[in-house]
Amino acid sequence: MIKEKRQILIFTLFALIVLLAPLFLKGSYFLNVLVFIGINTLLAVALNLLLGYAGQISLGHAAFFGLGAYVSGILTTRFPVDPWMALLAAALCAALLAFVIGFPILKLKGHYLAMATLGFGIIMYIFFNETVDLTGGPSGLSGIPNLRLGQLIFDNDRNNYYLVWVITLGVMLLSINLSQSRIGRALRAINDSEVAARVMGVNARILKVQIFTISAFVSAIAGSLYAHTMTFISPTSFGFNFSVELLTMIIIGGLGSMYGSFLGAAILTMLPEFLRVFRDFDIVIYGLMLILITMFMPKGLIGGLEALFKIVINKIKGGAQNVKR
Amino acid sequence: MKRGLFSKVVFSFIFTMLFGLMAGTLVFAAPPVKIGALFSVSGPAAFLGEPERNTAQMVVDEINKTGGIKGRKLELVVIDTQGDPAKAVQGVNKLIKDNKVVAIIGPSTTGDSMAVIPVVEKAGIPLISCAAGIKITEPVKKWVFKTAQNDGLAVAKIYEYLNKQKISKIAILTVSDGFGSSGREQLAAHAKAFGIDIISNETYGPKDTDMTAQLTKIRAGGAQAIICWGTNPGPAVVARNVKQLGIKLPLFMSHGVSSKKFIELAGPAAEGIILPSGRVIVANQMPKTDYQKKALLSYVNGYKKVYKVEGDHFGGHAWDAMMLLTNAIEKAGDNPSAIRDQLEKTAKFAGIGGTFSYSAQDHAGLTKDAFVLVEIKNQNWKLVK
Amino acid sequence: MDHPGQLVQYVLTGLSNGAIYALIGFGFAIIHNATGILNFAQGEFVMLGGMFTIFILSFLNLPLIPAIMLAIIFSTLVGILFERLAIRPLKNVKPLSLVIITIGASIFIRGAAMLIWGKDTHALPAFSGSNPLYVYGATIMPQHLWIFGITIMIIIANKLFFSYSILGKAMRACAYNAHAASLVGIDVKIMVLLSFMVSSAIGSMAGIIIAPLTMTSYDVGIMLGIKGFCAVIIGGMSSGLGTVLGGLLLGLLESLGAGYISASYKDAIAFIILLLILFIRPEGLFKQKATQRV
Repeated sequence: MIKEKRQILIFTLFALIVLLAPLFLKGSYFLNVLVFIGINTLLAVALNLLLGYAGQISLGHAAFFGLGAYVSGILTTRFPVDPWMALLAAALCAALLAFVIGFPILKLKGHYLAMATLGFGIIMYIFFNETVDLTGGPSGLSGIPNLRLGQLIFDNDRNNYYLVWVITLGVMLLSINLSQSRIGRALRAINDSEVAARVMGVNARILKVQIFTISAFVSAIAGSLYAHTMTFISPTSFGFNFSVELLTMIIIGGLGSMYGSFLGAAILTMLPEFLRVFRDFDIVIYGLMLILITMFMPKGLIGGLEALFKIVINKIKGGAQNVKR
Repeated sequence: MKRGLFSKVVFSFIFTMLFGLMAGTLVFAAPPVKIGALFSVSGPAAFLGEPERNTAQMVVDEINKTGGIKGRKLELVVIDTQGDPAKAVQGVNKLIKDNKVVAIIGPSTTGDSMAVIPVVEKAGIPLISCAAGIKITEPVKKWVFKTAQNDGLAVAKIYEYLNKQKISKIAILTVSDGFGSSGREQLAAHAKAFGIDIISNETYGPKDTDMTAQLTKIRAGGAQAIICWGTNPGPAVVARNVKQLGIKLPLFMSHGVSSKKFIELAGPAAEGIILPSGRVIVANQMPKTDYQKKALLSYVNGYKKVYKVEGDHFGGHAWDAMMLLTNAIEKAGDNPSAIRDQLEKTAKFAGIGGTFSYSAQDHAGLTKDAFVLVEIKNQNWKLVK
Repeated sequence: MDHPGQLVQYVLTGLSNGAIYALIGFGFAIIHNATGILNFAQGEFVMLGGMFTIFILSFLNLPLIPAIMLAIIFSTLVGILFERLAIRPLKNVKPLSLVIITIGASIFIRGAAMLIWGKDTHALPAFSGSNPLYVYGATIMPQHLWIFGITIMIIIANKLFFSYSILGKAMRACAYNAHAASLVGIDVKIMVLLSFMVSSAIGSMAGIIIAPLTMTSYDVGIMLGIKGFCAVIIGGMSSGLGTVLGGLLLGLLESLGAGYISASYKDAIAFIILLLILFIRPEGLFKQKATQRV
């Protein structure tokens, strides 16, 4: 019970900070950066459901992101479809695809799963790139309309910020709930040992496919939001590199932690800003961070911060006890 | 479990503080005129972004050395888009809202340009793109200009030559990225007007290392000439594969390979290849009467002095953009709207990519005379007259 | 309409590209079989081989043969460093962390190469001229013969090493059961290190002999690595004939796909086949279930 209360408190605080932030950032370009951080957080949360909860790696998640963006973009530019309907169609499309390929793909383990998802991502990329009549090919698809609610058009940073973050917060809340639920526990059991989970009566196969489908669904929503806020998409944004960037986000932030997803997304989205002084160094730093964090901080920065606080608090407590004595 | 709560709360707090601090960073009262630049300095289109960045920086340094514009120094803020539209949009927002630039040059690629256009249009900041895509300035957008020649102009130049040689059946081999797909589109669009028939239409991937399969197919198709549209290193592989297969058809390339690097990579296989290019690579061979000659030599020599390598066609786009912009700032001051109006009045400016004349109906500003045909002879460029 | 030798050309092109994929695939198989690790950084060693050779040729002005030897030594050193710094200290040896670490290493090596050597593409001179050879109306380059030759040599060397040398037998023992191997006095750590050395040496060798044909730059490793990986999956993770057949099959599929179906989709065709094999026959096409993995 106490644990749940604490969870609620933390989430409320996080949500409040997020929702109030624009009041302090009026007219700042940083609001725009935060829109991208929001979209990337949504993607990181989606991948975290799969990798952090269920322990299934995907090196092709940019494909679902891209599928969401392209279904939305194509439906709204080439057909008179309402952007909201397009968003829904995009998410369902990706979920359906994930469901179909989920059964054979998730049968694979470890390296083979990594390779199969990688192959899937590359196939989808080739599809985005080569079906020029449909997707606009490498030169991209422009003129995608903004989302709107009645009179409210999501065409500036502040409106986009709320659009993206309300959805992201909603998905984060659902994900946190999921991890506390029976399904969440079953997923963690699969993560620890699939055989043991099976023995305990968890239908691992179905569960894995379900979480894969949900993850694709959420990724496609992120893709659709990306398409409607950017109003322009091109295949370069949905390649293998971005799949790896997503993976980096959740590893750096912390596997299995939704706040970690936010932290990782924020760091990777802003890294180019910080590294401007070093110019081309960012790729080397990505690589180093991936290696070092996997080696020394298996729970990511969030886990590292928690451990650090534990030490500090113990020190303080220890100090207090010493004084008493 | 307490630490979990604490860490998260404190952490979120610190983070918000950080956001606030960054947003509140003071903007210096500005004696220098700030110009923004978006180039794909890294990533797959680095071959464009790197010389462009170098050139823009060189121009700014030169102007500042001679006292700036009317006593005011220039400051160039360069952002690397990595060829990713999302990073380009982030960058353009930073330039406009954080750095408060008066105008922007770049981006390097058509994709990045299309992505940032809605932002500059809304903010009312003039943008001079260095990308070639025809969509950038057609239809005309109020705040957007460009310096890179439309791909269609290069196609027309090749087709004219083919007409002269009485060649009408051609094969095209294009790379499947932004550059190649724009070329493919233009090659198809202009073919009819020149009475040219594209009988083989093949593509290759930007990372492909062997094109013999496509070329074998092209050879079987019975074309009279091959046009390859791509940027290094693909076309060098094509040139070598053509030699390997013993294909005797004339081979044409695009302006995408008009740098010495191509000749180095293709080696002896480059001999006899004809391509359209800006005048920059044959600056020395241009007749004295050429309108652009002075600008060309000044750029080529200046770049060589600073960077020890020859300035190329792509760096030239940034040179043109910087020159057009600084000319406009000199006449109109540092007001974005005045700069835009002044840019639109540009007439007969002799640049690297051609002679620019902008108007309310034309923000690309060039004619097909912007290109010349060059042939590779003895590992060097030779103007085709 | 058909040019004489068109099919022959597709087949020759396919086989010569396939041999390259097979050679890269070996590197994967050797490490995987000795350690269970799938080294996602394998493609970067292919890149390192080519780039080191070019660097040594142009900066140290050495002749080709010593330059190649030095380049292989340098790449092997990088392989040793990689194993010592990133693989051995690892405590939680889950496949997931290994995948991520090797991906991290590949990004790091690529980035470092970009910073050191720049973003330009470079060409290596061909080993023995560039006059094409004619075979039934089709052509190949002399360099292709080098590729075929070295691939065959490496298969034979592999076979001899793993079947007859003490070290090779010890590595096989580790692959079969690391714990049991350590009980009979084999130093498992040394064997892991050795497998990284051998595979980075083979990877860089592959990078060097293909550089005159394909040219090289800091980022060629990704695609070549993935193709090599496809070859080794089709071949069922063997470091012998299976992978060679896998590579040749992949190369053939690509060139026939480009020739008769569509060049734009040739990579997609290759990957769809990879997925099908993973789904239907994860143990590879050319492998009986009983054969041993080495």
